[in-house]
Amino acid sequence: MTQAAVQAAAAPRIKPKVSRDDWIMRACMGVIALFLVVAVLLPLYTMLSKSLENRHGDFIGLTNYAEYFSTPALFLSAVNSLQISVIATVIVLVTAFLYAYALTRTCMPLKWLFKLIAAIPLLTPSLLSGISLVYWFGNQGVAKHLLLGESIYGPIGIVIGSAYWVFPHVLMIVITALSITDARLYEAALALRAGRWRTFFTVTLPGCKYGLISAGFVAFTLIFTDFGVPKVIGGNYNVLATDIYKQVIGQQNFQMGAVVSVVLLIPAVLAFAVDRIVQRKQVALLSARAVPYQPQPRTSRDWAAFAFCTVVAAVILLMIGMAQYAALIKFWPYNLTLTLGNYEFDLANGGGWDSYHNSIRMSLYTAVVGTVIIFFGAYLMEKGRGFRAGRNGFHAIAMLPLAVPGMVLGLSYIFFFNNPANPFNFLYGTMAILVIATVAHFYTVSHLTAVTALKQMDAEFESVSASLNTPFYRTFLRVTVPVCVPAILDISMYLFLNAMTTVSAVVFIYSTDTTLASVAVLNMDDQGEIPFAAAMAMMIAYTCAGARILHAILTRGIMRTTQAWRTR
Amino acid sequence: MAADGDGKVYLRIRNLTKMFGDFAALRDVSLDVYDGEFVCFLGPSGCGKTTLLRAIAGLDIQTSGTVEQDGRDISALPPSERDFGIVFQSYALFPNMTVGKNVSYGLENRKLPRDQIRARVKELLELVGLHDQGDKYPAQLSGGQQQRVALARAMATSPGLLLLDEPLSALDAKVRVHLRGEIKDLQRRVGVTTIMVTHDQEEALTMADRIVVMDQGSIEQVGTPQEIYGEPRTSFVADFIGTMNFVPGEVIADHTVQIGGTTLTCPTDGITPGHAVTVAIRPEDINAQDIDGDDGNLVETEIRHLEFLGSFYRAELGGPAFGGHDINADFSINLVRRKNLDVGSAITVRFPAEFIRLYPRD
Ligand SMILES: Nc1ncnc2c1ncn2[C@@H]1O[C@H](COP(=O)(O)OP(=O)(O)OP(=O)(O)O)[C@@H](O)[C@H]1O
Ligand SMILES: [Mg+2]
Repeated sequence: MTQAAVQAAAAPRIKPKVSRDDWIMRACMGVIALFLVVAVLLPLYTMLSKSLENRHGDFIGLTNYAEYFSTPALFLSAVNSLQISVIATVIVLVTAFLYAYALTRTCMPLKWLFKLIAAIPLLTPSLLSGISLVYWFGNQGVAKHLLLGESIYGPIGIVIGSAYWVFPHVLMIVITALSITDARLYEAALALRAGRWRTFFTVTLPGCKYGLISAGFVAFTLIFTDFGVPKVIGGNYNVLATDIYKQVIGQQNFQMGAVVSVVLLIPAVLAFAVDRIVQRKQVALLSARAVPYQPQPRTSRDWAAFAFCTVVAAVILLMIGMAQYAALIKFWPYNLTLTLGNYEFDLANGGGWDSYHNSIRMSLYTAVVGTVIIFFGAYLMEKGRGFRAGRNGFHAIAMLPLAVPGMVLGLSYIFFFNNPANPFNFLYGTMAILVIATVAHFYTVSHLTAVTALKQMDAEFESVSASLNTPFYRTFLRVTVPVCVPAILDISMYLFLNAMTTVSAVVFIYSTDTTLASVAVLNMDDQGEIPFAAAMAMMIAYTCAGARILHAILTRGIMRTTQAWRTR
Repeated sequence: MAADGDGKVYLRIRNLTKMFGDFAALRDVSLDVYDGEFVCFLGPSGCGKTTLLRAIAGLDIQTSGTVEQDGRDISALPPSERDFGIVFQSYALFPNMTVGKNVSYGLENRKLPRDQIRARVKELLELVGLHDQGDKYPAQLSGGQQQRVALARAMATSPGLLLLDEPLSALDAKVRVHLRGEIKDLQRRVGVTTIMVTHDQEEALTMADRIVVMDQGSIEQVGTPQEIYGEPRTSFVADFIGTMNFVPGEVIADHTVQIGGTTLTCPTDGITPGHAVTVAIRPEDINAQDIDGDDGNLVETEIRHLEFLGSFYRAELGGPAFGGHDINADFSINLVRRKNLDVGSAITVRFPAEFIRLYPRD
């Protein structure tokens, strides 16, 4: 220890007095942390302990796991899941990289249109791609012969369907990674007379290495834990996510469901952990002085990029287009008359218009409640004074939901909330629990969005406010919120879209009073009412598209009215 | 003036230590700030100026040690329970509020009648010369104007203590010089005790009543600009402020020091003969005009370099006299012209005893 350290140890330590504001902030953060504990940690814990119990609730150690790994049919699903995820991840990563490269590094025309089309899969439940594939390549599909006798029901279908709906998620990450590359590196490469390909391999790829790794993990986790696509198009090809569903809904074997959930959870958590580590490295690479890259026109490359993007965009449009077509015709493939009859959901067995309305309500609640909780929580964590351990702990809990697959979360809700001894039992079967599950499930990404926006604000606003004796909540409402409105809108949009389209987190916990549109799509498809399912999926798509347009208009309006003080 | 030390102590800092893990950013800092005075914390980057300021504000409370403001022990209090206004380097103006709203922000919380607030805002904006800018947003103002808004906001609630952390460093040189005078003037009119952090010595010398020179978490010297410049107590201060020649030497007798082959007369301040010292003298204190043969401390030198610096020449003097060391001296243009000085010219200079300072070497 230095001399000063010794001295400091000898002198009485000053114990900072905690102000009223600090107490309020810590209490609020505690409440939000408690929310996360109840909505994520405790259910997960209950599920873990369930996996160690028998049907009667007695502790039996790892017996369930032994049974799981000695049942070839079950174990095979794990292998299948891995295989599918790896293949689909590679495909989607390559496609997304080329697409993103075309968008950021070439001068091809119609970039805005390609960006718009690439976002389409975000508007629909993952189930929709399954339905489309059935119409294209199913037993009576229009393009069945293209598969050369292979069946779409199985790995092929799952890979194509997964790649389709994961594409925009991956694309966003890769675009970001490519846009942060420093133009000065390219100038240096040019000055050193490095060839195009050499530049590509020595500058471009290393520059977005971390982004690509991250995108790979995101894709892998999404596909590995997805339930919608394999449910619709998987046929007899079992994967982990569908196994959970079968064990729980089909066989009412909750213990085995819990075991499969844990097996599903492990790779997801691993991927998450590795990704975190990689991301931390990337931050160090970023320099604030980087100069954005401006591509120069080059005919051959630009047209090749254009052709590639056209093909990808066409695939996306054919997928969603087929779903729309399926929703509009009477009886495939025998009666192709157009009709709106498939939208009369009250005639179907999977859930009527009620489920659509429930979905809207649920998504609105999620967007509003979730945005308030998440943004306020991020603010308290980021701008609080002292209490470092508490704030770091909060961040850790807020990161956790990203690692928990929706199916796992949903199943653990059954275990946790459906227990009469639980004081929160009254939530079971209500709209509230759906909102809680959805907010919890999509917490992390929104939290990170909020943190990023908050970090961009001057760190001294709170200090100034304290020096002026103004309570923090006043400054929060009068400065922080107005300045962060664009990020707040983004968060609520994100929550709304995901609440509309999610299946996995809610499929175990909806009740007859709270059926949802996305679950209705699943159930209709299950019962062979595929046209209804397609129509309902399209309803979700229209709604999400509408919400996005509204979001764009709102954002633009706010940017215009506040541009006097927003400096770009 | 408070600076002579007979004023009332407004801020009493005792044995302040701030640890970041094992690293001491402040070591045992003690300081008195008098009522109404303008104090500058001056020091190189990373010496702990901001840390000390933030401890005084309660934004990052010290590890140990006490702070007393106006007789009240505020050592452990959060910023909201202390009485100060603060201006940051970034200004931290609320971007979504007009200038007027920014200034009135602290007042609105005090439940004052509306027209009283309006009158106070008007008064403050006039004080900082922005009376017609009240409806603009910060982004529509120049850097210097934003700085003044931040100042007005910090003073709105009439705090007893004004803290400024490098308030001018984000501005370009011209504006900076102009605002220096304005801030100093404003402070004198309002009479608020003010602490300003800066690493710009010119800023500190022109604005401060007293300067606190810091290095590596400790205070090196506290004094008026004249004291700090004229009688730097340590070689660090001597080196940091202004330009200073340093030559190794040795005290050979009371009032006598030897450099190379030259002996000089100067105050030895009780340093015992035989002690190795660093001899310091400022270039502008070396005299080459009107030298009388019987003056002491005369040295024969040769001009090695001559650099034109606008209003004067800086000459690098060498020769056997300094034992191989070179010494800079500032010569007026007049002198250079009159004596026809150039590189290679021989010249006799005088080292006035009262301007020679000795720092013991170990
Ligand atoms: N939060 C912190 N954690 C660890 N070390 C810190 C922290 N804040 C400051 N330090 C260290 O304490 C020392 C003093 O920092 P301080 O900001 O007070 O310097 P400064 O004199 O204001 O310098 P500058 O002129 O660059 O602003 C520095 O070495 C800095 O690295
Ligand atoms: Mg500083």
